[in-house]
Amino acid sequence: MKSSTAPLSASTSRALTIAAAALLFLFLWWADGSMAEDLGLSFLPEPLNGYEVQILNLVAVYGILAISLNIIYGFTGMFSLGHAGFMAIGAYVSAICVLTPDQKEMMWIIDEILPSLAALHTPFWFSVILGGIVATLFALVIGIPVLRLGGDYLGIATLGFSEIIRVLIVNATPITNGSLGIKGIPSHTDLFTSFLWLIIVVFCTVRLLSSNFGNVLKAVRDDEIAAQVMGINVFHAKLFSFCLGAFLAGVGGALLGNLLTTIDPKMFTFLLTYNILMIVVAGGLGSITGSIIGSVIITVLLEWLRVVEEPLNLGFIEIPGIPGMRMVVFSVCLLIIILYRREGIMGMREITWNGIAAFLSRLGRKKENRA
Amino acid sequence: MSRKNVIEVRNVTMRFGGVTAVSELDMDIEQDSIVGLIGPNGAGKTTVFNVLTGFYRPTEGEVVFAGRRITGMEPHKICSLGMARTFQNIRLFYNETALENVMIGRHVRRSGHWWGAVLGLPGTMREEKNIRKSALELLDRVGLAAHAHEAASALPYGAQRRLEIARALATEPSFLLLDEPAAGMNPQESLELMNFIRQIRDEFHLTILLIEHDMKVVMGVCEHIWVLEYGKLIAEGNADAIRSNPRVIEAYLGEDVNHAAD
Repeated sequence: MKSSTAPLSASTSRALTIAAAALLFLFLWWADGSMAEDLGLSFLPEPLNGYEVQILNLVAVYGILAISLNIIYGFTGMFSLGHAGFMAIGAYVSAICVLTPDQKEMMWIIDEILPSLAALHTPFWFSVILGGIVATLFALVIGIPVLRLGGDYLGIATLGFSEIIRVLIVNATPITNGSLGIKGIPSHTDLFTSFLWLIIVVFCTVRLLSSNFGNVLKAVRDDEIAAQVMGINVFHAKLFSFCLGAFLAGVGGALLGNLLTTIDPKMFTFLLTYNILMIVVAGGLGSITGSIIGSVIITVLLEWLRVVEEPLNLGFIEIPGIPGMRMVVFSVCLLIIILYRREGIMGMREITWNGIAAFLSRLGRKKENRA
Repeated sequence: MSRKNVIEVRNVTMRFGGVTAVSELDMDIEQDSIVGLIGPNGAGKTTVFNVLTGFYRPTEGEVVFAGRRITGMEPHKICSLGMARTFQNIRLFYNETALENVMIGRHVRRSGHWWGAVLGLPGTMREEKNIRKSALELLDRVGLAAHAHEAASALPYGAQRRLEIARALATEPSFLLLDEPAAGMNPQESLELMNFIRQIRDEFHLTILLIEHDMKVVMGVCEHIWVLEYGKLIAEGNADAIRSNPRVIEAYLGEDVNHAAD
């Protein structure tokens, strides 16, 4: 239950948010090794290596993707499994935009690339936004017929959509280079870019969802009939949420493509949607902070669990490494989360500065009582 | 009577397959009146509500509301014309707080756009503040101010009923439909409810149509009553006329009304 008295004023909360963002960027500055270089400081601890930086990047990109699915599924209650499709659209649009004409001419070997696309060469940020916009257009076209479906039917229809997109990508060789995929995408997504996008996305979604427009989406999730009686155009609300989610998925996909530098149709199977869905459900349906925590935990856990695949020496017995073992352990972890916290780590709650302040003051009071 | 009709139901018939839920219903409801729709279970009362609020498109006939033909219009459009309702089984947005429930009701009257909220445009933010303020005021007027920040699902039953009415009022209706507002209330609560219904009628300049099984409430508060049986209108008139109508007594009221009259 929310407490009715806010211990912190709005301006304090804002200041704390800005401070936290500044701290995050300070950390990133150090982490990617440019702080020591820029300032010429030699006493700083060793920065993160490339592998760790990559994991951090993935955390940010998965965070964006999880939020985008959470808007659709967690906040508006539409069970959509088409996320990989939107991500593929974003990734391909962005990749085609950022590659130079020469690169494209060399890479498209099955079919010549369309001349109009070959000449296309845009800045990275523009390609990301364009990726989002094209994904939104697809969402609009697919959403108008399928959003009239409810529940599981919507899930199946969107799943089909995602597969259609994949097959289209395989076969539209003059545009997408077919099953060969696109290689050599410049790695534009560095720590600053990915986290800057994450912060922008979080800021905008929090603004939107904490306004009455967010309440309207939640009303549609909770009770469609009551929402209609309250004068809410349920279909519009759903379509809006679906398109917004698709836009952010397109942006996330574009960032992912520029992070991995290689994309191909095999990447965007149902498994990718499933990964994002897992983050959202484990983090908490209907919680932005839950999505972020989920993406941190799941991305880090997946990497960290690689230790169980290595040969293990217990002293008296040596266990050989079993490839794929980490997925077993990981699935057990997920089972435990779902069994003991069915609503995910955060449920529908959010971590707010007020919540933290209230928690700290409760903690302080408890200590006083004990003393 | 010189008062204007708020809603006119013309010869409405509603069939589901072979079942006729409502047949050839005519109703004119005058402005600023409190009127009732009664009848035994399964008589088609809630079907009438669903036709009026746009959930069902009547098989025949038409409904005119605020001077416009609303048959076939979508529920949210009808709401924006000034019709609001509550449900027999309460339908709140249970994951939201009481305040948020009422704020959702304000949405239909807002003019800002979502991007205004994202960008923090001053106009939208001002509107957002006004929505919150007026929702709090409304909660205060129905006596739920203390529960404003509690989840709707955590409220006691009576408070949930009042919250549902407050949420309906938030859409600024001119015509309010209450589906069994006194269901599950004890006599004392029913009495309070009657006063509450009269009070909101006067304060918000409403016309109210209610479905109710509690005869004390119906007879006590309604100026005009329609009686349905098997989807057919069998009687209409003021409380005294209904009470003494032999067909009504036979069909539905029986002993109850004599008790109520005592």
